[in-house]
Amino acid sequence: MTATSTAPATPAAPIDRGRPRRPAALVAPGPRATRLAANLVLVVVGLCFLLPLGWIVLASVDAQATLTVGLPEALTFANFSAVMTPEQTWVPLANAFLLSAGSGLVTVLASVLAAYPLSRYRMRFNKPFLYAVLFGTCLPITAMMVPVYSLFVRLNLLDSLPGTIFFMAATALPMALWMTKNFMDSVPVSLEEAAWTDGASAMTTLRRIVLPLMRPGIAVVFIFVFIQAWGNFFVPFVLLLSPEKQPAAVSIFAFFGQYGSVAYGQLAAYSMLYALPVIGLYVLVSRLSGSGFSLAGAVKG
Amino acid sequence: MTTLAPAPAGARGPEPSAPRRTHVRRDARRLVPLVPAVVLLALFMLGPVVWSFYGSFTNAALTGPAAANPEFVGLENYANLLADPDFPKSLWLTVLFVIASAVVGQNLLGLGLAMLMRSAVGPVRAAVSTLVVAAWVLPEIVAAFAAYAFFHADGTLNALLGGVGIAGPDWLFEHPMLAVILANVWRGTAFSMMVYSAAIAEVPPEITEAATVDGASAVQRLVWVTLPTIRRSISTNLMLTTLQTLSVFTLIYVMTGGGPGTDSSTLPILAYQEAFKFAQVGYGTAIATVMLVIGAVFSVVYIRSLKPEVD
Repeated sequence: MTATSTAPATPAAPIDRGRPRRPAALVAPGPRATRLAANLVLVVVGLCFLLPLGWIVLASVDAQATLTVGLPEALTFANFSAVMTPEQTWVPLANAFLLSAGSGLVTVLASVLAAYPLSRYRMRFNKPFLYAVLFGTCLPITAMMVPVYSLFVRLNLLDSLPGTIFFMAATALPMALWMTKNFMDSVPVSLEEAAWTDGASAMTTLRRIVLPLMRPGIAVVFIFVFIQAWGNFFVPFVLLLSPEKQPAAVSIFAFFGQYGSVAYGQLAAYSMLYALPVIGLYVLVSRLSGSGFSLAGAVKG
Repeated sequence: MTTLAPAPAGARGPEPSAPRRTHVRRDARRLVPLVPAVVLLALFMLGPVVWSFYGSFTNAALTGPAAANPEFVGLENYANLLADPDFPKSLWLTVLFVIASAVVGQNLLGLGLAMLMRSAVGPVRAAVSTLVVAAWVLPEIVAAFAAYAFFHADGTLNALLGGVGIAGPDWLFEHPMLAVILANVWRGTAFSMMVYSAAIAEVPPEITEAATVDGASAVQRLVWVTLPTIRRSISTNLMLTTLQTLSVFTLIYVMTGGGPGTDSSTLPILAYQEAFKFAQVGYGTAIATVMLVIGAVFSVVYIRSLKPEVD
């Protein structure tokens, strides 16, 4: 049985019939076997990726969750209701929203303003600045956190939400600026030239003509920054000290430290509540830009 | 990355022939919208970098007199760094982590998945790519919890091994580096897979067809046709995954805390521990400075490879 399905038992016939069709079957000699093998390998890899993910989903609805993935014997939403209290979940999620939306807004505003002259005028300043920005996209931010901490102590910005928002905005800015400039470059200049001859200023054309045309691009940049900030653990972990200011990433870590070794179900439920918004946003951003590859494409340049 | 749009300068008067001073003044006026971005970058990106170099020459501490008035100690932190057995170990662990999980793991698996996806049936392709991307989209700390549960002594991996009669070890204590490397491959492969899928889709089919007609096998086509055609994507992706992996903190911190001992303390973890656990901010800053320099070297190489796209 297995031998016949993997290796063709009658070699003469398929070759005779296959010859004229050869250019169509470009995958490999014995395309069906190759396809089967490719699919099998993919299914195995997919299962390896599924197991850790599946644990979060299944443990969150399991009344007796353990660290091992398994179908729950009794479905329950008790884990969710146990963590859905103001101080446990809602305040940290609100803080996370404040941090992410705040840094998203600051980043988008700063990068739109900066991208306009960089995209529209050919200046001697452009090239060194763009190189510096590109360099900034590459800097390992986690490497900076110790000096950032002592700098924030000096500037009296430690445990300050605005300070953290501006820092996160600044770290996201190089990439956002790069993306925004690329989106702006694709808006044709001819439309603005008409407005300029009518006497409109650069800022007016930016607001009235360029921005409406690149609305999806701006949404992509905002969501990109938002997702990054929402998932950022290390920056608020170092810069925000009082629990009532900390976002979900930090409070979920505190929960893990306190109850992580007993209340697996609740940890998983909290993880779900915290992760769902960014998964939704990711789906939205892939719709906005037509394909799921947009973020990688934007990063790739 | 398109090139700069043609400057619309001509639309606003006879500027090319204008004298130099008005040229400078016009440029200065046009640069005003850049001010917020420049201030943000100077204060929160350049500031910490400069501060990092400065702080690494002081004995700054979290508490005590050295916290209020750090003294200039010259190269003492760097001398301690070289004398400290933890530092070379941590450097080696970082290199191991980056090469095994990013350069080899994510890139090879990503390329392999991208190739396999092309000959897979629709539902399999959709399901597998969704799963791979899901691990990447999840917030890092949630991914770290999932990986922690997977590799824990009572976790899924050992349950699976137990199912076939193997008593699995306590991965997080006995093989911490292996666990965090595999976890980082699991988490980061999606990026490489998407980059390579996009790159392979742009390989002109005529070339592969011609190679097939000439009798090239699948492996020969991969090595001699596909890989050389997408070499730009490969080098870009290698640099980006290296830089991303160099600064991974949360995944390792949650899974092993850098331990047992310092057996999985890569440089970001070591800098954090020295600065905040042992209160040696100056020493932690010296480690941070070393990391910044390493990151800067990689960035320069990466930017040089992108140069034609900025110009």
